[in-house]
Amino acid sequence: MKTSLLPTVAHRLALLAYVIFALFPLFWLLKVSVTPNSLLYSEGVRMWPSQTTWEHYAFVLQHSAFPTFFKNSLIVSGSTAVIVTICASLSGYALSRFHFRAKYWIVALMLLTQMFPLVMLVAPIFKILTPLGLTNSLTGLIVVYTAFNVPFATFLMQSFFDAIPKDLEEAAIIDGATKFMAFREIILPLTLPGIAATLGFVFTAAWSELLFALMLINGNNAATFPVGLLTFVSKFSVDFGQMMAAGILALIPAALFFLLIQRYLVQGLTAGAVKG
Amino acid sequence: MASIDIQNVKKAYGHVQVLHDIDLKIKDGEFVVLVGPSGCGKSTLLRMIAGLEGVTAGEMRIDGKRVNELHPKDRDIAMVFQSYALYPHMNVAANMSYSLKLRKAAKEKITAAVAGAASKLGLEALLDRRPRALSGGQRQRVAMGRAIVRQPKAFLFDEPLSNLDARLREQMRAEIKKMHGELKATSIYVTHDQIEAMTLADRIVAMHGGVVQQVGAPLELYDRPANMFVAGFIGSPGMNFLEATYAGGSVTLADRTVVTLPGALALDDGAKVTVGIRPEHVVLAAEGEGMAATVDLVEPTGFGIILHLSLHGLAFKVFTTDRAALSAGPTVHVAFPSTQIHVFDSSGVRANPLAPQA
Repeated sequence: MKTSLLPTVAHRLALLAYVIFALFPLFWLLKVSVTPNSLLYSEGVRMWPSQTTWEHYAFVLQHSAFPTFFKNSLIVSGSTAVIVTICASLSGYALSRFHFRAKYWIVALMLLTQMFPLVMLVAPIFKILTPLGLTNSLTGLIVVYTAFNVPFATFLMQSFFDAIPKDLEEAAIIDGATKFMAFREIILPLTLPGIAATLGFVFTAAWSELLFALMLINGNNAATFPVGLLTFVSKFSVDFGQMMAAGILALIPAALFFLLIQRYLVQGLTAGAVKG
Repeated sequence: MASIDIQNVKKAYGHVQVLHDIDLKIKDGEFVVLVGPSGCGKSTLLRMIAGLEGVTAGEMRIDGKRVNELHPKDRDIAMVFQSYALYPHMNVAANMSYSLKLRKAAKEKITAAVAGAASKLGLEALLDRRPRALSGGQRQRVAMGRAIVRQPKAFLFDEPLSNLDARLREQMRAEIKKMHGELKATSIYVTHDQIEAMTLADRIVAMHGGVVQQVGAPLELYDRPANMFVAGFIGSPGMNFLEATYAGGSVTLADRTVVTLPGALALDDGAKVTVGIRPEHVVLAAEGEGMAATVDLVEPTGFGIILHLSLHGLAFKVFTTDRAALSAGPTVHVAFPSTQIHVFDSSGVRANPLAPQA
């Protein structure tokens, strides 16, 4: 069959337009980060500066508190992602496979937590964390992020478990496995795409969270990266070059993380388990 | 290999009772088929034997040992699922050897068992493949292989062929029968396909509404169905049923046709009965004999012809291998040989003797 050319071309062009639209802000970030301060306002709107420099990067890495922010963000996002994924895997499995009393109410309650605007919760959470000594600490942030991400991640994991046929577990149990062995050796490997998706989702959510980080953290020692970015804004000026350079640097771990998990994100691992 | 005893077993989900007092003794090496329409409880019973469902009441014994509370993994039973349930992240060899690995069998023993099962099923060339790279028939074979390598006490089959196309199903059916002949393993096979039941079983257990309707050899169920359900379920096309009245050793049909039965039945004169006759036992008679019926539809199957008739306004089927029926006119005449007539009383229970007729 001869496929007609025009729809294919139109399709590719539309994709290209979207990619350009989506990536342009990133390009602009990069462009500004390598533009010397002297040229930033003097050259007008240009796609690439006539002269480039790495000085913003050098400054950010050597003279700002950026490395601290970076380390804090890694600790907070990494721990949150791991803790949430473990909790969500277990609770998602329970919601998917077990029948128990109050299941309906637990699900409803979890859904309810997702309906509150976060701003409303800032004051009460601050009030709860203060006597516990968890304000101005990374642990406090991890606790808060975990609490906020577990419900959604649970639903996410539940849908992945729901997609795995129950027959597989039963076959393993009849083959002589305990319920936990069947979970670990048969179900978990098949849920890797789900686990990767959950890890990625939670990691980025925590990585870019600003509101709670801003409210609960005070000072540079426990500040995460989004809070740190604000330090480039001073009363009279905004240091765009350094801010953009910091932004680019902050993208690196997120990009690396997705590079690491992307092969699990590819679906289709369960194909062939049962008659399709 | 083992015998399986099911004594007064009941199953209820909340207030809904799905299995009522099931009593069944399966002998060592026997091939028993549980057959019935969907929702009759046959799969539930199979899953209870496997231990995947609890037993509400009654007792289940494997080799004389009570297993009601025994975890499935300790029952030493293999099961072939309708969906095959192969582990997608393991290759064929790993799928087949998983159970032995869990039992911590020696490596050489595992390799030998897998090789043996693979050669029996023609899977040698596929051992390194993942399930997704296999065709439906091959997946089915792997599922069988996974059961065979274990040499379990009994094999359970849960509609294993229903996902295959007709040709492959026929072939696998013959292979399962051949394999049972070789392994002599106690097997319980669930199906809704009465042809599978007839061809495979040493004994058929016909179930309906959570109640065992009849247990017996395939031809016993075909020749002497215990009630109208079994009569209608076994055989294809299904048995014809006609309302009639019994009196003194003969039945009178709605159009006053009188059919004299070979012997008197234990029924009161004037009792309302249902007469059953299989489409293949109906005789096409010459004009003036038997009952007139109009032809609604003619279905040639190649081997024979199914005539869909309308007899006194009721649907009625005739199966014949006489090709002359292809050109059957708007009206045909049908007659019933009295020895092939099944009589059921008003509650649907067989009134003819259950023992073979002389």
